[in-house]
Amino acid sequence: MFKFFESIGKYTLLMQKVFSRPEKRSIYYTRIMHEMETLGLNSIGLTAIISIFIGSAVTLQMAITLESPFIPQFMIGYATREVMILEFSSTVLALILAGKVGSNIASEIGTMRITEQIDALEIMGVNSASYLILPKIVATIFFFPFLAIFSMLIGIAGGYGIAEITGIMNPTDYVEGLRYYFYTSEITYSLVKMVFFAFCITSISAYCGYYAKGNSLEVGKASTRAVVISSIAIMICNLVLTQLIRT
Amino acid sequence: MIKVENVIKSFEGRDILKNISTEFGTGQTNLIIGRSGSGKTVLLKSLVGLHEVDKGAIYYDDICFSTLDFRARKAIRKDVGMIFQGGALLDASTVAENVKLPLDLFTDQSEEEKMERVNLCLKRVNLENAHKLYPSELSGGMVKRAAIARAIVLNPRYLFCDEPNSGLDPQTSIVIDNLISDITKEYNITTIINTHDMNSVMEIGEKVVFIYEGQKWWEGTKDDILHADNPELNDFVFASAMAKRAKMSVK
Repeated sequence: MFKFFESIGKYTLLMQKVFSRPEKRSIYYTRIMHEMETLGLNSIGLTAIISIFIGSAVTLQMAITLESPFIPQFMIGYATREVMILEFSSTVLALILAGKVGSNIASEIGTMRITEQIDALEIMGVNSASYLILPKIVATIFFFPFLAIFSMLIGIAGGYGIAEITGIMNPTDYVEGLRYYFYTSEITYSLVKMVFFAFCITSISAYCGYYAKGNSLEVGKASTRAVVISSIAIMICNLVLTQLIRT
Repeated sequence: MIKVENVIKSFEGRDILKNISTEFGTGQTNLIIGRSGSGKTVLLKSLVGLHEVDKGAIYYDDICFSTLDFRARKAIRKDVGMIFQGGALLDASTVAENVKLPLDLFTDQSEEEKMERVNLCLKRVNLENAHKLYPSELSGGMVKRAAIARAIVLNPRYLFCDEPNSGLDPQTSIVIDNLISDITKEYNITTIINTHDMNSVMEIGEKVVFIYEGQKWWEGTKDDILHADNPELNDFVFASAMAKRAKMSVK
């Protein structure tokens, strides 16, 4: 229990260091752009593949489960849309990104720690926490919501595609379902969640890497720890935000 | 000049540095030597502020560095260059980007001026053709030389080197030693080198501080070592049978 509170304290102090005044804004701008490419753009492929398959699978599952003369077919499109927008493209995608981006951040910063690159920055008079972590947080907070929108579109398109290819349902009904009781606030809710998730993934993973010590084995452990803690944080955050925003 | 006064440092109740006092002069290469685990790396890291000392003081000329806060230290750190054991170059940046980083962060120079300075520093360490190479593409000696270039790019007044020769062959080690020594003289820097390479001691040791079990056990010049009667120092410096015979012949 003591260790838990110690970690919370260390995390808070680290964040305080991260959000202190940057050394030179122009450098940070370049670094944010670089991180957007590394952490955001490079995740588009994975997002697309997973979203298209999940969108297709959800449509198929719904079509099989909701096969009843009492349930109109357009409900399949409606259910797919709700699953994709409300949970998959934010929460599940965030869990996937915690695995990809989170482990990447923790291992990168952890390696920098054990090879004394962070010490080298500190000796130069650079606020290493801010220099290394702030651009990553800003980049993911801006980019992950776009990944979520992209995932929603691809997932829903995947559902349409499977309806068209397999003929399991009429694609026109699917589109009708997509438009049924559609509130844009659902997308806003999903994007707000994604902003929080992006912060959780990046800051927790950076924390795990920043305080790694020892050898490469410890970097591996820090990376695993980053994924596990980020995932738990995402689940808790999801529950809290759903309660706050949706009820 | 860097002055150390009664420095004590412990980790988890274990005393690592026990009341160390010494002075490192300007324009000379000062060497800290000692066995592995003797506390010399802790001393070096305490000198640059990577470890906080428990007691005692560290002075950079007349400024008491150990009592300064982060912001005040930042001003001094612009005058500090450090070469780490493994080079500590940023893996994701090229050699030129690594050397340019301090200029990007702390100067308002134009891109041309910065590149001119980078070229000058890389030329000084004989790495003029390595601009676009990444650290993973460099040999051990090249990494050390790139680290030296980065350390001197802001014209530091204090240069710290943590085992600059580790992992290098004897010839490359001497090249690195002489490079550090020449730069020290050229820019009138206070240089402190942490080493257990006896070639370095005999080559460039203008002042040598021997740390034994966390205490300053002996200090003097490279010439004094040959005539020193300190048994721990002699056991350390003249560890091999051949070195012992050489010492006897000098005596």
